[in-house]
Amino acid sequence: MINLWFVIIAFLWTGYFVLEGFDFGVGLLAPFVSRGPEQHRQSLETIGPVWDGNEVWLITAVGAMFAAFPAWYAGMFSAFYLPVVLILVGLIVRGVGLEWRGKVTNPVWCDLGIVAGSALPAFLWGAVFADLLFDSALAALVGGLFTLATCVLHGAVFLSLKTDGPVRRRARATALAASAVVLPLAVAALSALGSIPALISMAALAAAAALTFRRREGWAFAATAGAIALASVAVFAELRWAPLPGLTLTDAASGPYTLTMLSWIGLITLPFVLVYQGWTYWVFRKRVVLTH
Amino acid sequence: MDALDLARWQFGVTTVYHFLFVPLTIGLGIFVAGLQTAWHRTGKEHYLRLTKFFGKLFLINFAMGVVTGIVQEFQFGMNWSEYSTFVGDVFGAPLAMEALLAFFMESTFLGLWIFGWERLPKKVHLACIWAAAIGSNLSAYFILAANAWMKHPVGYEVVDGRARMTDLWAVLTNPTATAQVPHVIAAAFIVAGGFVLAVSGYWLLKTKAPMWRSAARAALVMTALAGAVVAGTGDTSARLLYEQQPMKLASAEGLEHDTAGAPFSIAPGIEIPNLLSFLSTHDFTATVQGTEDLQARFERQFGPGDYRPNQPVVFWSFRVMIVFGLTTVALSVLGLWLTRRRRDLPDWLARTMVLALPLPFLAMIAGWLLSEIGRQPWTVAGELLTASSVSPGVSLAEVATSLTIFTLLYGALAVAEAVLLTRHVRKGPEQTEPVPATERLQPSLMY
Repeated sequence: MINLWFVIIAFLWTGYFVLEGFDFGVGLLAPFVSRGPEQHRQSLETIGPVWDGNEVWLITAVGAMFAAFPAWYAGMFSAFYLPVVLILVGLIVRGVGLEWRGKVTNPVWCDLGIVAGSALPAFLWGAVFADLLFDSALAALVGGLFTLATCVLHGAVFLSLKTDGPVRRRARATALAASAVVLPLAVAALSALGSIPALISMAALAAAAALTFRRREGWAFAATAGAIALASVAVFAELRWAPLPGLTLTDAASGPYTLTMLSWIGLITLPFVLVYQGWTYWVFRKRVVLTH
Repeated sequence: MDALDLARWQFGVTTVYHFLFVPLTIGLGIFVAGLQTAWHRTGKEHYLRLTKFFGKLFLINFAMGVVTGIVQEFQFGMNWSEYSTFVGDVFGAPLAMEALLAFFMESTFLGLWIFGWERLPKKVHLACIWAAAIGSNLSAYFILAANAWMKHPVGYEVVDGRARMTDLWAVLTNPTATAQVPHVIAAAFIVAGGFVLAVSGYWLLKTKAPMWRSAARAALVMTALAGAVVAGTGDTSARLLYEQQPMKLASAEGLEHDTAGAPFSIAPGIEIPNLLSFLSTHDFTATVQGTEDLQARFERQFGPGDYRPNQPVVFWSFRVMIVFGLTTVALSVLGLWLTRRRRDLPDWLARTMVLALPLPFLAMIAGWLLSEIGRQPWTVAGELLTASSVSPGVSLAEVATSLTIFTLLYGALAVAEAVLLTRHVRKGPEQTEPVPATERLQPSLMY
């Protein structure tokens, strides 16, 4: 039961990184791949209907940690205090920026919030998990840069998949440029993990670059999504022995009654969540294009 | 001043701030869903205009509720790691359920509603706003069940210094929760009602357009009905306090000693004989425990310490809650009477409603201060003291930094939100064609 809940929490974090990963990338890139307010709006509209739902993956992952492994939850967020404060600041200004952008006369503050609020968590989540695994400032820096660059790549590929016209062209060029940065960082960050999922993740990032070059946008997106998922799996595979230094899963876990109850609730509700979130992506499956 | 004090201030600041926006989300979401339903059923255009107008105000406010809520979920672990480790087994379950059952539904369907006006069939689109609004209300239930457990812990045992859940159903049907949930949700509807009345009142003073009268009438009905629920559940809560949280009840009334036939204190020195005993037990002669006698009993039970919450804060927040809450409800009942049988809302009342806008918000905050400061010095009544709940490894400097950052950021956002809401209220609803078309007026986007 304890292992099952560790897997569920890893799944929720992985879902969060894959889904919010492209939200972060799009938020970061929107001002740079767009010319003029209409293209800017077009870029952000690719994530408009879904980003808030994607963020609930984080809320659920953290809530599940609190319920299933209270000592892990409490230890992790009190240990990484200031990075977590900055992540929260990022999520606040980004969320408000995205929601208010269409309702203000001059969106420059909102855009600043969206860019900064996407960059901060994209960097800091990588730094936090790298520091947790390797306990070194250099590892944190490399880990943070890796997740930041990977989010940019993931977001650029998503934009090239979900838009048409000039934004699509620029997003593709950005994705190719980002690949050149992501690949060396991936070698540094993922080879330190050394596990099979980490190695496949590296290969998937290389494949994403090649697929973007060959204009196979859908497959390229699948490759970046897969790479992020596998990198996350590799991180949690390392954490399973000690989610925090000196803490085992068994020590951190809630009692069997709570875990059983949570399992039933998760088993019943999670399929519904996956279905209606999937349906959202189906409703908004078409490319966002400008009409003139 | 140590890390504990600042951690408490941070929790107070971020929670009160969060709960300025949440009640509006809870009540206004249902109100907008109701307006869209009215449009759907009658086809009258002014309902559509109202839906879009209040929908926009709802979304501006919704953003703030969401982003300030994320802070809350991390804050337990950041500042209160001892608390989190002790309670996670019980307290975490409703939080996880809140995310799974309520937040996913709320945010996913709201995204569909915002961007789905022209992409979804009308009925499906209407269902989306209902799903989002119901999600908000469900989330209130789960978080209040968790909160109720702190004040009246049930369905658990303490093993190896940690609470272990033994009965989830008992946690979810805690009598403290089942009294508190309708009380808080109905209060949220009063907040939303007060908000809609202030906005409609503003517009009725400028124009006598019938759409504003119908918006005001709907809000009057909502506020008056919610007022009845708040009063009824408040009565239940008083009796539960008598049984479960006598110290809070005594502090709220400034009752120092155990008293048979205890009087109800309106203000210091003004008392109604026997009323407190009646409200607490439905018996005019029952004995109500006083703070000093309870303090002596708690010292015998739990050891030396001060078990009394901050007396003036608890006493006065109770009165602010009742007076400001009742005033809002009384205004709505008066408004219902004055607008009966197609009469117009008088200008003086419209003006009063604009001025009365802060009252339900203040009543809501006062209610939370009563509830949570009245719980002190415990985080989990009888089990864990607030002083033992704080994170041991977090320094004063760290808490001071985050408190400063959040306070400044929240202050700036409050100004921005107020400006934005005021501007959109002043602008008024946009003209709509029979087919929903704000998307067509603004962005030139299509798929």
